[in-house]
Amino acid sequence: MATQAADVRVADAPRGRAGAIAAAVKDASGTALLALGLSFPILALRTEQNMANQLVLDQRWSYVAIAVLLAFLARLLYLLRLAFAASPPAPRIAAPAADRPALRLLTMAGVLLLLVYPFLALALVGRAGAIKWIDNFAIQILIYVMLGWGLNIVVGLAGLLDLGYVAFYAIGAYAFALLASHYDLGFWVCLPLAGILAAFWGVLLGFPVLRLRGDYLAIVTLAFGEIIRLVAINWVDLTRGYAGISGVPRATFFGLPFEDSDQGFAAFFGLEFATIHRTIFLFYVILLMAAITNWVTLRLRRLPVGRAWEALREDETACRSLGINTTNTKLTAFALGAMFGGLAGCFYVTSRGQGFVTPESFTFMESALILAIVVLGGLGSQVGVAIAAVVLIGGTELLRELDWTKSIFGRDFEPTHYRMLLFGLAMVLVMIWKPRGVISTRIPSIFLKQRRAVRGDLVGEGHG
Amino acid sequence: MAAPAAPLLTVEHLTMRFGGLVAIDDLSFSARRGDITAVIGPNGAGKTTVFNCVTGFYKPTSGCMVLSPGERSDPAIAQLTASGRGWRAARAGELFLLERMRDFQIARRAKVARTFQNIRLFPGMTVLENLIVAQHNALMRASGWTILGLFGAPGYRKAERVAVERAKYWLDRVALIDRADDPAGDLPYGAQRRLEIARAMCTEPQLLCLDEPAAGLNPRESADLKALLTSIKTEHATSILLIEHDMSVVMEISDHVVVLDYGQKISDGTPDAVRNDPKVVAAYLGVEDEEVEQVEAEIAR
Ligand SMILES: Nc1ncnc2c1ncn2[C@@H]1O[C@H](COP(=O)(O)OP(=O)(O)OP(=O)(O)O)[C@@H](O)[C@H]1O
Ligand SMILES: [Mg+2]
Repeated sequence: MATQAADVRVADAPRGRAGAIAAAVKDASGTALLALGLSFPILALRTEQNMANQLVLDQRWSYVAIAVLLAFLARLLYLLRLAFAASPPAPRIAAPAADRPALRLLTMAGVLLLLVYPFLALALVGRAGAIKWIDNFAIQILIYVMLGWGLNIVVGLAGLLDLGYVAFYAIGAYAFALLASHYDLGFWVCLPLAGILAAFWGVLLGFPVLRLRGDYLAIVTLAFGEIIRLVAINWVDLTRGYAGISGVPRATFFGLPFEDSDQGFAAFFGLEFATIHRTIFLFYVILLMAAITNWVTLRLRRLPVGRAWEALREDETACRSLGINTTNTKLTAFALGAMFGGLAGCFYVTSRGQGFVTPESFTFMESALILAIVVLGGLGSQVGVAIAAVVLIGGTELLRELDWTKSIFGRDFEPTHYRMLLFGLAMVLVMIWKPRGVISTRIPSIFLKQRRAVRGDLVGEGHG
Repeated sequence: MAAPAAPLLTVEHLTMRFGGLVAIDDLSFSARRGDITAVIGPNGAGKTTVFNCVTGFYKPTSGCMVLSPGERSDPAIAQLTASGRGWRAARAGELFLLERMRDFQIARRAKVARTFQNIRLFPGMTVLENLIVAQHNALMRASGWTILGLFGAPGYRKAERVAVERAKYWLDRVALIDRADDPAGDLPYGAQRRLEIARAMCTEPQLLCLDEPAAGLNPRESADLKALLTSIKTEHATSILLIEHDMSVVMEISDHVVVLDYGQKISDGTPDAVRNDPKVVAAYLGVEDEEVEQVEAEIAR
């Protein structure tokens, strides 16, 4: 809104560079003022404990100055670019067909890279470094890619806004932890069970709430996510509350445990024991799981259910006039999305080093993060969701690597503290640059002569 | 014209209230098989509400609506009514009590298709996809409720080819075959209206309900529409229920006209009979009887 108003002002300014520049400076000064107002309470003052254990106020005016200056310059540059662009920015029309081979090549390169990734990491940074690059980066990212793809079915395809998706992730995780600790079942048996249980809960939640639309559905799903977490916290007998369930068995290589014994994986294959074997194995497991999620989704898009999901997103009334049972259609979307969430949850437990699960992992923040991945990536776009997951999850992990920033901002500067700030900034920027996500076009599921992408602004967002 | 066909749809004592507003007041009429039955009336007369009741989008306050694809027999209707069920399957002779069925069941089982006064396409899907979605139920069955289709069973692939052929046929009929791969939201207004009719026809309905299909069309498109509707009626065992304000369309192609005003039926008969009914003219133009003759001439033009 504000941006539009500013555009008009710049355009209305008296012809000539001087007028435009003056208007832009004025506008940018306003932005700087706003930045000052915002950064003053957040950045300028900080409470700290001194040696005597007293609380003292630490003043950091240089931080405020940097933030205000940055805001001013960014806004000024943005406005000047708009004012002096040779022509008004043309409406972005999807370049159809032409860029398709490029995209396909990129996808193929990506898949190839993924397949050799662990060994590439080993070769480049050695064993110690590789564990970090595989575990913290690749496995984390792939879990979120899978969660994003699962939620994409519900939000992106069927157009149902679900703010409590983490509930199904939690159900999958707890299903595995409980089944494993009570019935002594292994990962591979629990994996399908976790998926089925999550899908079952998806249907159970779906039945009463799917008659709600839009905001109401969003609120009820939000509540459901919180209920699951609170149950996990408070049903101490079953879940051990905040302490969580630990000692969940780790994934085995089809029965061969990753341990330093004669029955272990390394001994069986005549290798020297190394913890990285397990990490690499987990990498391929989640890669396979994500690949299956993608395959199923792409396949379903070309089947009547998938088309009905998208039609539902476009116009529910029209669907009913064509004899589509919209309740069942929504339930299948919910159940399937929940199932993938549950599978990811099961994997999550086994991928954690100590094999334990606590309620803290399933806060609303997690739901919001997954939803952000779907929205930023582009509703309904598989590639877009994957890109967004890499950027958001990989980006926050990368912050841990930015030790060199300490040399600029001082010893006690901790880049990870700014995670949320940068996260928000990234979201705002993407939404300005591409309001419908990184990949906003929709690829038709069937064609007569030529498959041409559908412009994002025509595609519906669903009403719940 | 041949001997009068049996009624396909009979509406009896239909009443629909919205709070204190009586949108339909004790309306009875029937639509015969193979006919184009027009429902006309001034704005707000309750025409769209009748459609919404027939297609299950509204639950009527009272009244019954019977759709009988086969021979209509009163004992059978009485028996079905007493049984408490909404429909009777094909092997016993199909019969549907529409007021007991939900919207999608009416479309799926009773084979009643409809279009909307304010067009409702799937704008972000291509023209072809719109027509494939319309064949959802047949394709769903062929895909073994998704399970067979997921693994690419040949039966499903064949069914999809058949569905595409049917879509192509209708795209040809409404002159949209060249735009099959364009998003429906990109089509001009007239083409969207035609696409909506094609989409409804892809469900292979026995009753097609059209809510103001000629609204916003230019005279050429209007003429094409008349030809299309006539051919749907003759070539495709599909009866038509038509709401329309454009009198040239109504008078030219309909076999039977029902006139509503304030939710009540004020006239019912052949186009000629209705055209000459002073009550109709008065309702339409809100004039006194003395002026009727003068206005009549204008309408008849
Ligand atoms: N869902 C509803 N809730 C309340 N009132 C309604 C509803 N639907 C229709 N009505 C009222 O019922 C009356 C009949 O409306 P309807 O839409 O059936 O008229 P219509 O004959 O189709 O008119 P038009 O020619 O303008 O389309 C109107 O007074 C309308 O305001
Ligand atoms: Mg109407």
